[in-house]
Amino acid sequence: MDATRADVCAAAVADAFKDDGEIFASPMGLMPMLGVRLAKLTSNPDLVISDGESLFLAGVPPLLAKADVVEGWIPFRRVFDVVAYGKRHVMMGATQLDREGNQNISAIGEFARPKRQLLGSRGAPGNTVNNRTSYWVPRHSTRVFVEQVDVVSGVGPRRARQAGPAASRFNDIHRIVTNLAVLDVGGPDDTVRLVSVHPGVTVDEVQAATRFDLGAGSDVPETRLPTTEELVIIREVLDPKGLRFKEVPQEAGQETRQ
Amino acid sequence: MTKGPRDKTMTIDEVVGELKDGMTVGIGGWGPRRKPMALVRAILRSDLRDLTLVSWGGADVGLLARAGKIRRLVYAFVSLDSIPLEPNFQRARQQGTIPEVVELDEGMFMTGLRAAAQRLPFLPMRAGLGSDVMVNNPWLRTVTSPYDDGEELVAVPALKLDVALVHLNRADRHGNATYLGPDPYFDDLFAMAADRTYVSCEQVVDTAGLTVDTPVQRLLLSRMMVSGVVETPNGAHFTTCTPDYERDEAFQKAYAAAASGTDDEWAAFEKRFLAGDEAAYQAAVRELAEEGA
Repeated sequence: MDATRADVCAAAVADAFKDDGEIFASPMGLMPMLGVRLAKLTSNPDLVISDGESLFLAGVPPLLAKADVVEGWIPFRRVFDVVAYGKRHVMMGATQLDREGNQNISAIGEFARPKRQLLGSRGAPGNTVNNRTSYWVPRHSTRVFVEQVDVVSGVGPRRARQAGPAASRFNDIHRIVTNLAVLDVGGPDDTVRLVSVHPGVTVDEVQAATRFDLGAGSDVPETRLPTTEELVIIREVLDPKGLRFKEVPQEAGQETRQ
Repeated sequence: MTKGPRDKTMTIDEVVGELKDGMTVGIGGWGPRRKPMALVRAILRSDLRDLTLVSWGGADVGLLARAGKIRRLVYAFVSLDSIPLEPNFQRARQQGTIPEVVELDEGMFMTGLRAAAQRLPFLPMRAGLGSDVMVNNPWLRTVTSPYDDGEELVAVPALKLDVALVHLNRADRHGNATYLGPDPYFDDLFAMAADRTYVSCEQVVDTAGLTVDTPVQRLLLSRMMVSGVVETPNGAHFTTCTPDYERDEAFQKAYAAAASGTDDEWAAFEKRFLAGDEAAYQAAVRELAEEGA
């Protein structure tokens, strides 16, 4: 069975949640939701997932499907409680991400008079000093991966350390999954480094789409291909309509034979 | 005859008549969900100015920003969900027309309301530490734990409100009110953080009617938190008011298109929908829906 780039991304997102145990997996956006549900159906059945609104779901419905067995209630106020409780792994988007793993979803340019106003900091400051946080970037580019973010919404490890033990104690930037590669903050002094490049992508391509030096040699491994089981689940169960291709187009990269 | 609690029903204009220039007004709901839009529209029609607005923002913030009503905005995000960036808010920020903004983490926002609701000056929290929330709001302070851990936490200041405006599904004439949708949001906290709270609702019912087909846990507001009640059917439009109605996506699209369009396009939208009173608004909304049908 041939895996598309989107399938590779979904499996990479799933891998970010596989060792989390019994925690609330909180995906923001389509691909993170697909990956989390894939993890729940394969590597980590203990994950607690929601409908993205206010219900914990006992089953694992397809993307955007509503009806399912409910196993709990998670209105926004309880989300904030779980953030502080810590048993949560959120995968957020990022308009900018920098070398030190800081994320920006607030504004581009000067905060006082932004060139482009974005969403606002949302829960990023609280997430990053309380629970495990990962990022999903559907278009890896030099606009996203910058030397320094314009506004620090999500806090990277260095900023957390500088803010003191209360900030660094639970700061846990886990994984950055993009359409080209998987990264983390395991580089020198907790900087962003390349963990793997997706099949059909070269290290040079990822570096060219990143403003800061990834310090990567030629020995970066390839992101694993999804298993046949995963491909069936993605295509037949979770995303038969191919919604994932809205984020990572089907034509991205070549179809990769397993 | 024994006397019951007082009748607090009012009209939309009477509610807005209670507001004064420069007040701090909290608006309940969440983004594009269960917002007291009929009251927001009435503020648009009023001469009120220089408001401090405290809101998990949606079109309430966008509309009031576009109308130049906001002197200071306290928010964690402003979004229409299906349209992630609120165009009127974006425009106001990029043109610098909101004199003062306080962008908080959304959990800090809840903690600030909670502090105000408990009449505390602040409550400690981790959220904010290390982020630019502390840089862009240099007046925010930290507090050191007096215990052995010595952790330095954010002292989230109380978000004290002069007035809270919230929209619920049902209320009685005395101010007891229920939400019937998926999430209470934080309307009870808004109410307790405010000196006075005005509830708009889809339907005013008898007190007994509040629990006749609804679990008592859905009674979010007690009348002791409420100063006024106003029945505004479809009053959360175009935001959600589940299960009475969902978000009017077609209308929201038209709003967003006008807001991101030319000044003339916005003026046309204003003239068509916002120039008259609430009844005129609802009639214009019906007319648009009929055109689309």
